[in-house]
Amino acid sequence: MSDYLIQQIVNGLSLGSLYALVAIGFSLIYGVIRLVNFAHGDLLMIGAFMTFGLVASDVVPWAAIPLLVLAGGFAAGGLIERIAFRSISGAPMITGFIVTLSASIAIQNLALIFLGSQPRNFNFPEVFRMRLPLGGADVALIDLVIPVVTLLCALGLTAFIRKTRVGIAIRAVAENPFAAQLMGISIGRLVFLVFGLGGALAALAGLFWAGKYGQINPLMGFLPGLKAFLATIIGGVGSLPGAIVGGYILGFSEIAFVGFLPPEYSGYRDAFVFGLLILILLVRPQGLFGEAEQERA
Amino acid sequence: MLRVEGLHVNRGRTKVLQGIDFAVETGEIATLIGANGAGKTTTLMTLSGLLPISSGHVTLQTPDGSFDIGATSPVDLVRAGIVHAPEGRQIFGRLSIEENLQLGAFLANDKARVARAVADVYERFPILGERRTMPAGNLSGGEQMMLAIGRALVAEPKLLLLDEPSLGLAPQITEEIFDFLEKLNREQGVTMLIVEQNAMLALELANRAFVIENGRIVLQGTGDELLDDPAVFEAYLGVG
Amino acid sequence: MKRLQITPWQAFFVLIAAMALLVLAVDASGNGYFQTFTALMLIQVMLAVSLTMTNGFTGMFSLGHPAFMTIGAYVAILFTYPVGRKGFAMPALPETVAQIHLSLPIAALVGGLTAALLGWLIGRLVVHLQTHYLAVATLGLIIVVQTFALNLDGFTRGGRGITGVPREATLALIGFFTVLVIVLCWRIKHASVGRAMLAVRENEMAARCFGIKAIRLKVIAFVLGAGIAGFCGALLPHVVSVMSPKSFGLILAFNLVAIIVVGGQGSIIGAIFSAVLITFGSESLRQVEEATGVYGMTQVIVAVALIAFLLVRPKGLFGLKEPFVRTS
Repeated sequence: MSDYLIQQIVNGLSLGSLYALVAIGFSLIYGVIRLVNFAHGDLLMIGAFMTFGLVASDVVPWAAIPLLVLAGGFAAGGLIERIAFRSISGAPMITGFIVTLSASIAIQNLALIFLGSQPRNFNFPEVFRMRLPLGGADVALIDLVIPVVTLLCALGLTAFIRKTRVGIAIRAVAENPFAAQLMGISIGRLVFLVFGLGGALAALAGLFWAGKYGQINPLMGFLPGLKAFLATIIGGVGSLPGAIVGGYILGFSEIAFVGFLPPEYSGYRDAFVFGLLILILLVRPQGLFGEAEQERA
Repeated sequence: MLRVEGLHVNRGRTKVLQGIDFAVETGEIATLIGANGAGKTTTLMTLSGLLPISSGHVTLQTPDGSFDIGATSPVDLVRAGIVHAPEGRQIFGRLSIEENLQLGAFLANDKARVARAVADVYERFPILGERRTMPAGNLSGGEQMMLAIGRALVAEPKLLLLDEPSLGLAPQITEEIFDFLEKLNREQGVTMLIVEQNAMLALELANRAFVIENGRIVLQGTGDELLDDPAVFEAYLGVG
Repeated sequence: MKRLQITPWQAFFVLIAAMALLVLAVDASGNGYFQTFTALMLIQVMLAVSLTMTNGFTGMFSLGHPAFMTIGAYVAILFTYPVGRKGFAMPALPETVAQIHLSLPIAALVGGLTAALLGWLIGRLVVHLQTHYLAVATLGLIIVVQTFALNLDGFTRGGRGITGVPREATLALIGFFTVLVIVLCWRIKHASVGRAMLAVRENEMAARCFGIKAIRLKVIAFVLGAGIAGFCGALLPHVVSVMSPKSFGLILAFNLVAIIVVGGQGSIIGAIFSAVLITFGSESLRQVEEATGVYGMTQVIVAVALIAFLLVRPKGLFGLKEPFVRTS
């Protein structure tokens, strides 16, 4: 296999993992409250900046940073739920839309105010930038670490959803919140949990993003957030494995687009991605594994 | 066990319940019958804490204590022993039968006890046991009703609220279900409040019955009394 | 206090008079800042009113206005840019087109029509989508258009942007078109077309049972909205003299949504009030931003205020109603 191809595959895996991490949270949240959370991508940004801050402050040992970022992401996700979503439960979808969009704008601009608009440069410790030979190609260690960790998270989460009582409760609420309440399930607490979980994973994606690309800025989360939405759609809304598969499909498509077309087209990367989004929404909105949504007029 | 006094409940701007009074004694089967829209489901939803009380008092009295339903959250009410099996059964079709039953005991902490309760349900309803890992959505209407009841039983209810158990079920299955409920009450002393449109079956089963019309209780008595009552006969038992 | 109610004709005269007064006063003041501000505000009003039609009347939630504005802008500039410099600035432009010079109103109309055409191509497909999918699809459209604008730099000068766009957008011109757009949307709303649209918004299923062709109405609303957006997009660079691919993006989409939400999602007069209010408010906040150096503050305040507003008055200030004007 040509080393260029290997390089591209690894890139696809790496980018796909990032999208998958964000998409999982997105899908979980959507499954439970049936709302598109525009602010989800910004959790990636929060995770990235948290990583930056922790690394720069040099207070915490390296090993602890991912855990702190996960915890911080959980808290941030829960906070967003409390502030933005709690108040609009039961409101029509358009209201929910506007509120989450507003929340996203607020978060992005708050970050601009407090963190400044200058992109920050940032590097993981040397060891992660180490390049390993792989079948003739030269691959960065981090690009291998990311997919492995992502798959571990995915497996862990899937086990959680399938086996634990809370996981079953989440699935129940996604199907029928009214009946779930009759079981003594507190919908409010569950939604909070789901937001927290999604936030934690998105923040982790932010940590990886920062390490992989080396540069962060307050507006960095919006586009990946939208792309994660696309990944969720590809895989099928409400399906956890779908979100993961969708993330990888998107990651590979994007890399393939840039990697295998002549370079003058690579600037059209985002047009390709969002053109794809529009196409899928038109042609097969339920994606690969999702059930068709309730009837639309 | 349950005392309802002067209960007024509004849904939006509609005054659904306009001052109802009734009581359910421990160990008895009570039934609330009435036409569509009379307020039956609203009553049950209020009792399980899902609808706010506009005025009036509802008190639940159990060995564990006394609960003012208007001031208790739905989660705490389940913990206190009020279990509501809703209209249309509403089992979780995408989850397996086993998972449905486990959800019934969501608040329970004693795993062994829950396992025993689930095993109990499988004993009473063998068909559920056979299909325990299959999605509940594949079950027939009657089987879903069994699952719904089983799910409620796993929660070890002190007061079981059933909303139209006969809805959409064939007469034979309905008979079986009602037989089962009778046995449950007789052998285990489970107190029940059943809301039904099928007045005949409900009155045959119940110890005490209340007739609700336009948000008010217009008649009450024992099941047999109401069965013999010509007014009830005309209004609710004449057809079907 | 007796409720003030005037007839539509009276309202029309009030509108013309107020607009004429505004334009004359601001022009006469000679203050460049006021002139630019008023021009931008009036364009916001036009955008808000047209978005009220696209989103408010039929109940769709399209975030796509900025995309159509971008298209309208670049197309118009192709024709208004000084012919002598076109060859240098936009090398990919074919000679025949480069020779054409159009005055702003015509060029803006061409821009608007181009945008309307794209609106039709996209709209036919997109109006079938459910609310949240439509919103995301139109958001995606913004990004697609921006990406093309960035990359087709033979026509658009890409990320460098186009400077030196002739300032042909006089206040009188803008004021004239603002009145036109308001009247147009008003007439639509109160004609059977508009009433049908509102029926679709209330209950699409039921409307269809009455024989209302919901899809066609949505497409009409979408296309008209796109056209007006394209037209406005064409006007804007001729006020500020610059245009870049990122000129019209998410922030603008969001601000327009905020205006519509506050005004009431179907009220034209509400949209006008709201647009004026929010434009003034944003500009004042922007001054504070400049003064304190806290960049981003305006958007945070707008966003938070919007959330708070939605909690208190989800239907906006006026909902579907037109205040002060008798419309039965």
